[in-house]
Amino acid sequence: MKILTGNDLRTGAVTWWDGSSWSLHVNDAVDVGEDAEEILAREVAARRVNVPYAIAATRTIDGVRPAHIKDRIRALGPTVRPDLTLKPQDPQAIDWVI
Amino acid sequence: MSQNLGTSPDEVQFRFRDDEPVDHGTVTVDSALEQTNAAAVRIEPGDDARALLPFLDRLALIEVNFPGFGDGRGYSAARILREAGYAGELRAVGDVLIDQLSHMRRCGFDSFAPDKRLDEEDAARAFATWENVYQRAADARRTIPEKRHEA
Amino acid sequence: MYRYDSYDQAMVDARVAEFRDQARRRLEGKLTEDQFKPLRLMNGLYLQLHAYMLRVAIPYGTLDARQMEMLADIADKYDRGYGHFTTRQNIQYNWIKLEDCADALADLATVEMHAIQTSGNCIRNISSDHFAGAAADEVVDPRPYAELMRQWSSFHPEFTYLPRKFKIAVIASEKDRAAMRLHDIGVRIVKNDAGEVGAQFYAGGGMGRTPMIAPLIRDFVPIDQFITYAEACLRVYNRYGRRDNKYKARIKILVHELGAGEYIRQVEEEFAHLLSVGVEPPTAELERIKAHFELPEPLRLPGQGAGTPLPSGGAAESGAPGQARGGAFDQWVKRNTHPHRHPEYVSAVISLKPAGGIPGDATSDQMRVVARLAREYSFDELRVMHTQNLLLPHVAITDLPAVYAALDEAGLGAANMDTIEDIIACPGLDYCSLANARSIPLAQRISERFAQTGRTSQVGELKLKISGCINACGHHHAGHIGILGVDKKGVENYQLSLGGSEAEDVALAKITGPGFDEDGVIAAVEKVTDVYLASRTAGERFLDTYRRIGMEPFKEALYG
Repeated sequence: MKILTGNDLRTGAVTWWDGSSWSLHVNDAVDVGEDAEEILAREVAARRVNVPYAIAATRTIDGVRPAHIKDRIRALGPTVRPDLTLKPQDPQAIDWVI
Repeated sequence: MSQNLGTSPDEVQFRFRDDEPVDHGTVTVDSALEQTNAAAVRIEPGDDARALLPFLDRLALIEVNFPGFGDGRGYSAARILREAGYAGELRAVGDVLIDQLSHMRRCGFDSFAPDKRLDEEDAARAFATWENVYQRAADARRTIPEKRHEA
Repeated sequence: MYRYDSYDQAMVDARVAEFRDQARRRLEGKLTEDQFKPLRLMNGLYLQLHAYMLRVAIPYGTLDARQMEMLADIADKYDRGYGHFTTRQNIQYNWIKLEDCADALADLATVEMHAIQTSGNCIRNISSDHFAGAAADEVVDPRPYAELMRQWSSFHPEFTYLPRKFKIAVIASEKDRAAMRLHDIGVRIVKNDAGEVGAQFYAGGGMGRTPMIAPLIRDFVPIDQFITYAEACLRVYNRYGRRDNKYKARIKILVHELGAGEYIRQVEEEFAHLLSVGVEPPTAELERIKAHFELPEPLRLPGQGAGTPLPSGGAAESGAPGQARGGAFDQWVKRNTHPHRHPEYVSAVISLKPAGGIPGDATSDQMRVVARLAREYSFDELRVMHTQNLLLPHVAITDLPAVYAALDEAGLGAANMDTIEDIIACPGLDYCSLANARSIPLAQRISERFAQTGRTSQVGELKLKISGCINACGHHHAGHIGILGVDKKGVENYQLSLGGSEAEDVALAKITGPGFDEDGVIAAVEKVTDVYLASRTAGERFLDTYRRIGMEPFKEALYG
């Protein structure tokens, strides 16, 4: 699947396109198919996201998994600071990244 | 007959001179070296501003083009011309944006013809950003180090 | 140390107002991201993997307790309670919001700090020797010259849109503790035969994808022409540095392509011209700045025995009776103190490299402890080292036990300066949007492994440097052992290199051969140290052994 990600303009937080707005959680990401360019142009113009881009991902039983390690680190947080990730209580979360 | 590539006086948004703006054909640096009557010339980022030094007396307008705001060669070109005593109009043209205005002014530009008209209020604020300056440039402002050691 | 006058303060305040206005225009849509990016970068604001990152300048690495406390407050108020000290003596915050950034800058301005030109294609924060003013081997304190350059380069109207970033380091001793020749311009302040102070200039060094060692371009610039000469160097670069290819835009490529001789010729011509124009600040200005760097009264006279290293166990008699000391303390004194120009003082390194920790990171609480120690024991002065550690520059030998006890309690007592645990590592793929691989986990695992096996002290001085991409922020080219993380079809892979040095014996490391995975490169580092331990002669550091026996025995152990 093809999903969209970027950072929030005001806060810098990593966000994912969920079909109607930008979510903090990668599992909310939706397949945008052929619409990527159009959505990106519109959302950038409206300043609802900063420097967004389209990436490849797969949907598994655990949720949405970006194809590249860089975007999986973005989805979770720094692997060396589990306390600052989106899943501070989950020691296995880092395994998902690698 | 060379094509006029310059900006017209109507395109100038800010001008810090009292004389009448010249309105004649602007030529490239290469053409200016050949045409002894050219009074207006346009410098591109790759041009050597020093090539114009022998002809400064007959030039009334030098445009320095910024095709992209991130290419800073035009700042050096401007200072070099002023350091050589050029007193005519020095116009920044092209991708000239709000946040470059104050530095351009310091390098000796005294007119500005941005591709896209700038917000007047934002521009006024930008020109006035630095009440004092640390280093010498083409604007002959007294610097902070000089002010610190006034008798 | 330097104090702002009303002019300096007004400049920084004006910058905060300017940035606040720029951020407003960005949020209102008057500036596109392409237009805003160079503006925010020139205020140290990056967009990284997880958030905006703010890099705050610490000019020539010097700060006082009040400033360190503000850095701690910023970490708590606008970030997540910690900061990361960098190889160019700055600090980075990883979680700053764009909408808060101007407020953070305004807070910094209240303690004479800023983020001006900590990124962007302009002259960056000037770095220096972390022992500046304290080391016995200096001709003079280099920091007044760095401060003169700081002011000259701040908001320089001609050099704000250079082809690429521009880094300057200023030192004043034969020893190079600032990687001077790996800078765009490296300056060594020297004295000539007549005893006059002048500046030796090197140009065109750098790391990144094309590492180069800067050649000497002028042996002696009279000090009253110092700024003029620098301006000439920059003007030639601004006019002729390549702008067609971002990766060939640094001055090192210009100097390399022109040849040092031709670059020197052009600089000399521009220099002669600028001398006639007159751009040098009045000489009284340098004298004014110098007065700020006068050492505190008790330290002024070096006296006999200046710069004598403490003998092993030499601090055993120090401190108050009953204070805890012994093995760990002795080890720390031996490893982490540096000779001072005053025989009764030392400079004490505060390691930010606990075994298994994140190199260069400090919590806000640790910053406050360090600030308090600076106030009580180091004449209110601190340094950030290019090795991502902190430093108390002027500590009385008799105070060492108290300093160590406080550091140890705060988790800052690691006795590992210049050992294999004292790893330089860039933030890597855990934080950085340019990175190809993670750097920090490697540093954590290597330091932990060597600490556990007790091998650290056996191996002695060994500078290990890790970069997570070819941009080389972790200085891997200059590591006795260097590691470069690359992306091999979506998987992290690490190239090993040997024999680099950032010091006065500057050299670029050479790649050993094919890369390794994470476990593989850690094993490789151990193998390399095995070869060293088996081959070294008395007194040889890792680097010395490598230079003597060459790459082959190491290759054989790794791939044979």
